[in-house]
Amino acid sequence: MRNTLTALAILSVAIFAFGCKGGPGAGGQESLNKAAGPPAYGDALIEGTIGEPTILIPMLSGDAASQDVAGLIFNGLVKYDTDLSIIGDLAESWDISKDGLTITFHLRKGVRWTDGKEFTAEDVKFGFDTITDKKTLTAYSEDFLQVKKAEVLDRYTFRVTYGKPYAPALASWGNLVVLPKHLLEGKDLTKGEFGRDPVGMGPYKLATWVPGQELTLESNHDYFAGRPYIDRFIYRIIPDTATMFLELQTGGVDMMGLNPIQYTKQTESEYFKNNFQKFRYPQFVYTYLGFNLKHPFFQDRRVRQAIAYAIDKKEIIDVVLFGLGSSATGPYVPHTWPYNPDVKKYPYDPARAKALLREAGWKDTDGDGILDKDGRPFRFTILTNMGNTLRMNTATIIQWRLAKVGIKVDIKVLEWSTFVNEFIDKRRFEAVILGWQISPDPDQYDIWYSKKTKEKEFNFVSYSNPEVDALLEKGRRTYNIEERKKAYFRIQEVLAEDLPYVFLYVPDATPIVNARFKGIRPSPIGITYNLPKWYVPGELQRHHLVP
Amino acid sequence: MLTYLFKRLLEIVPTLLGITLISFFIIHLAPGKPTDIFTELNPRITPEARERLEKLYHLDKPVIVQYGLWIKKLARFDFGESFSSDHRPVIEKIWNSKKPLIERRLFVTFMINFLSMIVILLVALPLGIFSATHQNSLWDKVATTTVFIGFAVPSFWLALLLMILFGVELNWLPISQLKSMGYASLPFWSKVWDLTKHLMLPIFVSAFTGLAFDSRIMRSSMLEVIRQDFVTVARAKGLPERLVIYRHAFRNALLPIITLMGLSVGGLIGGSVIFENIFGIPGMGQLFYWSVMTRDYPTVMGILTIGAFLTLFGNLMADIGYMLADPRIRAK
Repeated sequence: MRNTLTALAILSVAIFAFGCKGGPGAGGQESLNKAAGPPAYGDALIEGTIGEPTILIPMLSGDAASQDVAGLIFNGLVKYDTDLSIIGDLAESWDISKDGLTITFHLRKGVRWTDGKEFTAEDVKFGFDTITDKKTLTAYSEDFLQVKKAEVLDRYTFRVTYGKPYAPALASWGNLVVLPKHLLEGKDLTKGEFGRDPVGMGPYKLATWVPGQELTLESNHDYFAGRPYIDRFIYRIIPDTATMFLELQTGGVDMMGLNPIQYTKQTESEYFKNNFQKFRYPQFVYTYLGFNLKHPFFQDRRVRQAIAYAIDKKEIIDVVLFGLGSSATGPYVPHTWPYNPDVKKYPYDPARAKALLREAGWKDTDGDGILDKDGRPFRFTILTNMGNTLRMNTATIIQWRLAKVGIKVDIKVLEWSTFVNEFIDKRRFEAVILGWQISPDPDQYDIWYSKKTKEKEFNFVSYSNPEVDALLEKGRRTYNIEERKKAYFRIQEVLAEDLPYVFLYVPDATPIVNARFKGIRPSPIGITYNLPKWYVPGELQRHHLVP
Repeated sequence: MLTYLFKRLLEIVPTLLGITLISFFIIHLAPGKPTDIFTELNPRITPEARERLEKLYHLDKPVIVQYGLWIKKLARFDFGESFSSDHRPVIEKIWNSKKPLIERRLFVTFMINFLSMIVILLVALPLGIFSATHQNSLWDKVATTTVFIGFAVPSFWLALLLMILFGVELNWLPISQLKSMGYASLPFWSKVWDLTKHLMLPIFVSAFTGLAFDSRIMRSSMLEVIRQDFVTVARAKGLPERLVIYRHAFRNALLPIITLMGLSVGGLIGGSVIFENIFGIPGMGQLFYWSVMTRDYPTVMGILTIGAFLTLFGNLMADIGYMLADPRIRAK
């Protein structure tokens, strides 16, 4: 047995010694990052992905991989600009009636589907009818069911009428609802081949799809916003991230998302600095500690504030995320228009936490190190879901910090479905660590509105504040961005004061791209929004099509 | 003998049914539903929409009714439609008859397992014989240690180390997947060479980690055989040692290997799940992993049924092989 171990040790040392050399071409080679030429057509961009797309029809797909690829094939009437304001895409402009009930879209003329047919208002109406059809297996129909009337005024004008003004509706006219009527009319969308061989009008079109291996997209020379520089976009499926990282080093992958260790440690060598560019921006996600506000411990606002003071958010970010994140102060992403930077903050201050707890009547009367009140010790359980190490580590750090101010915390980790169905939905929890994905539209009616507390609804902490209710209502009923901003700024101030959640952190997305790609402009909405404008200068191009 | 075979064939049917019943209940016991990907904690979906989705997938019915619906389809050799959002027939996902052979998942998995089985046999049998004939020598110990290292080392770890060595450092072999990017435009022999290069690491890993069983069994069965009387007789006749071992002893020692091969079919399919994911090989194991993760019940059941069938079939083949090789069994 000892022989085995020695042999193994030798084998691994030998291979790791190779592994530390730093990859091929380290040093010596001139840095790709410095060289930059004029935009040129050609080359291919290979993105690595762990999951395979399932269907390339935006309204039917539920997974991120499908939506990534479908996003390059289909455009919408509107899209988000880099500052999250809404700008025209297939719609040149739109008018909103004074009462906010009708939106009239004026469509771009001369846009063609990749089969040559012109795109018209009929295609939008067809997509709308499909997504609102009960037989369509879609999870996104909700926004469109609010529409009372949808009509085609002429070839390039499309009008929708709502029952009530509904601001999030404008953004819903993205790429979910545009489908080629001339190809799909009278056909069953889910059964047909269209989902695996789609015809769109976006910057790229699908060329080949080899299941389990890769999807190859070719640039659409007829794209209405101009032919994309990069000729081919290849989406390579590599389920294991360690394998994908090796492919990155050998040129088998040009772009992938890094995990914190890869970002902070494994890509710091000269080789990576010369051959790759790394990016970092906040994801549209935040993690929070939510309290069950029906629980007697947490009904007192001072207690919630005390807990916020007792938690060191910076420490959590440094330890759990390797520093790749920012502290959250409310339910919006920093640097986006709804985000209010001037709300009450809770820096780490255990003395203040203790004082607030004392004020609220919590004292350690029996000297066991745990605070108590009316004979009840301050002890509660934080629930979180299995499989998310970030959340479990966060819980552990919070447990340790709260012990220092005299609060005993237990941690319970549960399998996701059980967690949601048995504990969240039935309100059987004291505190939870969870995350929300933030939609680019600031409407968060479903999360904070006081009546959204029924089973399966999302205000599961039972937060109730009439002022917030009114502001949420106001924010979704006007299209005026300044007025919306005012409402959401105020909501954040109130939430920071009330603290139904302790907002913990917003993790960063950390993609890496081969340095030969130029024209990447990082923005709050990421890097891929201007993919058609990326290019590789002529002399740096790597992949050439064999005629 | 024919009656025996016929009986064995008939036995497969209830066994297969039993396997599907148990599998069906077990995968439904696991928490989570195929619709979770759309609905769990997604503020944009209403409870009505969730119910509608669940109804369309028959998830609102009791599990036993769902099993009934499934088996009814299976009786017509129909594995149903996948629950993932592409809704393709399961059989098309596993064996897409419109694509070339190399793009069909079942074929890919089968090919890799078949090749690695051949490599295992080619290496394990001589190794086992050598160890037996040189029992307790230094080389016997080296061989034993090597196959045990193979048995003990986690395949994903070994795979990653080899990828770093041959893929990143030496740049000799591709790291993952089955084909290079320009594969479609290559001439025939370049295609074969391209495939071979891609298959080297996966087959090496799967063969190296699977050597132990066959070589150890070969060794012990050989040791047993060479102590028997007929071997002594052969030696006493003055036959050269080479003929004694390879003509007389080897054939007899081979019998347990036949059984082992039949039994290992199931294990090989299970192992595919792991290394197809590490190497990014588009086979059945990879599909199985994704289907389990998204609770795509029809696809999971389809693959399990095929796997179970292949295992039972492997056992049957082993029985037949045994009969052909051993006259004593044939006589019964």
